Amino acid sequence: MPKRIKTPISEADARALKAGETIYMDGIVFTGRDEVHIHALEYLEKGKKIPVDFKGAALFHCGPIMKKVEEKWVAVAAGPTTSSRMNSLEPGFIEKFRPGAIIGKGGMSQPTVDAMKEFGCVYLAFTGGAAVLAAKGIKSVEGVEWFELGMPEAIWILNCDNFGPLTVAIDAHGNSLFADVNVKVKENEKKARAKLGLS
Amino acid sequence: MVTEQEDVSNAVVELLRKTVVRLPQDVEDAIRNAYASETDEVPKMQLKAIVDNIDMAIKGNTPMCQDTGVAIFYVDLPKGCKVDVGEGIVEGVRRATKEVPLRPNAVHPITRKNPGDNVGERMPYISRRIHDQDYIEITVMTKGAGSENMSQLAMLTPSQGLKGIKEFVLNGALRAGSNPCPPTILGVGIGGSSDIAMKLAKEALLRPINVRHKDPEMAKLETELLEAINMLGIGPMGLGGKTTCLGLNIEYAYCHTASLPVGLNVQCWAGRRGTVRIYPDGKATYPTHER
Repeated sequence: MPKRIKTPISEADARALKAGETIYMDGIVFTGRDEVHIHALEYLEKGKKIPVDFKGAALFHCGPIMKKVEEKWVAVAAGPTTSSRMNSLEPGFIEKFRPGAIIGKGGMSQPTVDAMKEFGCVYLAFTGGAAVLAAKGIKSVEGVEWFELGMPEAIWILNCDNFGPLTVAIDAHGNSLFADVNVKVKENEKKARAKLGLS
Repeated sequence: MVTEQEDVSNAVVELLRKTVVRLPQDVEDAIRNAYASETDEVPKMQLKAIVDNIDMAIKGNTPMCQDTGVAIFYVDLPKGCKVDVGEGIVEGVRRATKEVPLRPNAVHPITRKNPGDNVGERMPYISRRIHDQDYIEITVMTKGAGSENMSQLAMLTPSQGLKGIKEFVLNGALRAGSNPCPPTILGVGIGGSSDIAMKLAKEALLRPINVRHKDPEMAKLETELLEAINMLGIGPMGLGGKTTCLGLNIEYAYCHTASLPVGLNVQCWAGRRGTVRIYPDGKATYPTHER
C-alpha cells in the first residue's frame, strides 16, 4: 500500500519521505503559482496580512478550472503547472513560510533542492496534464483567496482525499530524481549526437 | 437556408468542447503504445496516470487538462463567404469559456489583467485562407503554455545547414527537458523567414503524428530526429524512461539565399487539435472527432 500523508506536514514528516516513493495526500492543499509567490513575499515584506497559513502546508503549483455550482465552487480540472517558473521565488518562499510540501511538475532547480534540505520540505511530482485524475482527489473547495488575481492565479483552498499518485521527486535530504535523470541524459546525449552525425 | 453567424458560434463551442475533452486518434494511440512499451516503474506510472486521465475525461465529458490554452484558429473560407466568421468565433470562445468550461487564460501581456472570457486584443487569434470547397473549415489547437513556453527560433546561417538544424532541434528537446509535460510532440518549421518558420513549426503540429512528410528527405529527417530525441531518456514528465517524444513533424518553405530560419514548437502529450466543417445548410461535422 502506498503511504498516505495528512496536511499540515511537520518537518519530521517531510524528512521521513524518500525520493522515489509514491504517496497519496489527505487534508487541505493550497494552490499557488507565479502571482501567489510574488504577492505572498511582497505582503510579508510590507507587513500586510496573508489570508492563509503556509506553515507545514502543501502548496500546489496549479491554476485550476473551477465552476460555480449552486453558489459552491467545484474543481473541474486541476493538474499541476510547470514548477520551474517558480525557481527564482521558491527558495525564498520556503525560507519565509516553511511549507511542508510543494506539489508540481517538471521539478525545480538546485537552490530549491538546497532550501528543501535546509528547512525540511519535499517536492511531490504529480503527472502533468492529468487534471481530471487530480480533480477526483479533491473532495471539496473550501474557499478562495486573492481571487482578483484571476482564476488560474488565485489561492484555492482544496480539501483533498487520497490525492495522487504523487512521486517524491525531491526529498528533504538533497536527493532529486530530476537531477539523477539529468546525469543519465547528459550521457545519452553523446549517443543521440552520434546518431545525428554531430560531433 | 444559409450559414449564419450563430451557426459558426454554435459549431465553435462544440468544437472547443470536443477538442479539450478528447485527443485525436493518432495522439491517443501513440500514448497507449508508449504506456505498453515502458517497463520501468516510474515512467509506467506516469503514463498510467495519463491513460487513466484520458479515459476519465472522455467518460465525464471534462477537459483533460486544466490548461485549455489560448484559442488559435485556422480558418478556410469558401469564395464569396458572407458570414462574419471572425465574430462567430469570438462569440463561440466567449460562450465555450462559460459552457465547457475553459480556463480563462487570456490576459493583457503587461498589466496581466484577466477579462475572464478568453477574449481580448487579437485574441482569439485567427488565420484565414480561401479554399475551393463550399463549406467553412475551422481548425483549433488548444495548446497549454507549459509546452509553448519551450518554443524557440534560430536564425541559422546557410553554412550551418542540415547539421545546424539537427543541433538546434536536439538542443531544443534538451533545453525543454521535463518542463513541457513530456512525452512531447515537436513541430519544426524550416525556411521561410523568422515569422514563417515559427508559423510552420506550429502548423506542423496540425498533421497527424503517424503521417510522414510527403517529401522523402523531410520524412527521413523527421524519423531520424524523433529516434535521436528518444535516445535521451528524459522520459514521461522528465522522470526518466524510453518515451520522450511521441512524434515529430516538419514543414518547410523556400527561404532567402542568405538565411536559414528554423522554428521549434513544443507540444505537450495532450496534443489537442480539432476541426469542424460547417456546410451551407448550417450543418456541422467534426472530422477529427468522429469515432
